[in-house]
Amino acid sequence: MIIHGITIILFLFLYVIAIVIGRSRNLFAAVMLSGIFSLISACLFVIMDAVDVAFTEAAVGAGVSTVLMMIVLNLTSDRESPPVQPKVFPLLVALLTGGVLIYATKDMPAFGDPEALIHQSQTTNHYLWHSFEESHIPNVVTTVLASYRGYDTLGETTVVFTAAVAVMLLLGHVRESETPPKLINDPIALVGAKMLIPYILLFALYVQFHGDFGPGGGFQAGVMFAAAFVLHGMVLSPKHTLKAAPALIIEKLVALGVLLYAAVGIYCLFKGGNFLEYDVLLSHGEKPNPHGQHIGILLVEAGVGLTVFAAMLTLFYKFALRGKA
Amino acid sequence: MNFIIAASSATHDASTIGGHGTFHYILIMALMMTGIYLILSRSNMIKSIIGLNLFQVAVIMFYVSMGKVEPGTAPILMAEDVPHAEHDGHHDEAHDADSHDAPPAAHSPDPKKDVELGAHTLDHSKKVTVGPTTSKVSKITYSNPLPHVLMLTAIVVGVATTALALSLVVRINEHYGTIEEDELEDKGVLI
Repeated sequence: MIIHGITIILFLFLYVIAIVIGRSRNLFAAVMLSGIFSLISACLFVIMDAVDVAFTEAAVGAGVSTVLMMIVLNLTSDRESPPVQPKVFPLLVALLTGGVLIYATKDMPAFGDPEALIHQSQTTNHYLWHSFEESHIPNVVTTVLASYRGYDTLGETTVVFTAAVAVMLLLGHVRESETPPKLINDPIALVGAKMLIPYILLFALYVQFHGDFGPGGGFQAGVMFAAAFVLHGMVLSPKHTLKAAPALIIEKLVALGVLLYAAVGIYCLFKGGNFLEYDVLLSHGEKPNPHGQHIGILLVEAGVGLTVFAAMLTLFYKFALRGKA
Repeated sequence: MNFIIAASSATHDASTIGGHGTFHYILIMALMMTGIYLILSRSNMIKSIIGLNLFQVAVIMFYVSMGKVEPGTAPILMAEDVPHAEHDGHHDEAHDADSHDAPPAAHSPDPKKDVELGAHTLDHSKKVTVGPTTSKVSKITYSNPLPHVLMLTAIVVGVATTALALSLVVRINEHYGTIEEDELEDKGVLI
């Protein structure tokens, strides 16, 4: 019963935050509130047993996207101009769509129903009850992500790569004459961040390689690894971070991660299996070897982590090094 | 406003949320609508992007909530389910009937058999519902991992597309000197 009380309280928080974001004219406050919104929704994901999703949401929503939005506010303006006239149409659309969707939920199985149609699928049951004997990895989410749905994840990694390339094209020309302003000018933040950065890096490595056995994996680890560098760039200046991690190398890593992923798939083809069929990685033609799955998933997750880390850091560089117009 | 409706109904239906009801989905739909309202009503582009993010989180939450199984836990297999323990005779009766279709039958998706099994292997003191995602070996129920996988990647792709939108905002600001759609309209940029 306590957990349901917590769920409702967290939802009420989310509504209050959404309303305040809507009413506030101060964009800085709105961006910070959207970070808190992400953190609270991560708590809700934990309540719904989606620990991997919660991990990602906390790292991405509350971390990287908040930082990116704050840098954009720095480049544009942090005040919203008052509305010209009150708008009734959006409210009507929202109420109508909401009404239809809520009406549709009446046909859905009850929340948490163990016999809902979604859980009856043969695919789901195979994932849950046979993934361990096929790959020797207890975290079902990791196995499905990197092995059963390996194509899907390769596609998602390519999307991250494409988005990074698109941002590079849009914000490509850094105007060297203008020095970007220091984002934070505070000795306490500097000392605190210096103590935190090594531990963030260490934790990111743990998340990367422990993703097979607990919540975590390439996506989360990549974002956290980038977060350490972003923190460094914010307390010192992005120019200092450029010395530690030169943009030229980082930009190449974005492509290298996707290439590593695809190369594992093509190597499987050469070993006589299907694309991304890791079973053949360690076998010599007889029966498939589950330890091959382990190696394959490790390599593929490394590729994902590399691309996500490099893409996030590239995004930070492109925004932070851009002078004010 | 729809979120006020949802907030007020929270007090009426609080009892149904843990048990069996669709109240949870209604909460999420209301959240989704606050996102849509923000996207449509604000002329400031940053506000629209924040609205888009709220909408995205609500959609992700909707998917994840469908994967939740009530007495369940996170889909990371516990030690009892990890060794090759799926054929140790405890549940032979459960899959005798459909054993002709080989391995998958070990955990039959047929809910009736699972309920039967649950009824005479677990004690009757408390009502336990057993579904296809409950382990036959350890009696641990796991939530459905599939929505988690799909949404995990969606979040990371979401931040990449948000960054793309933000870079467009930066370029618009450099070119026209404003990120307010109303002011762009006054300048005759938008049709």
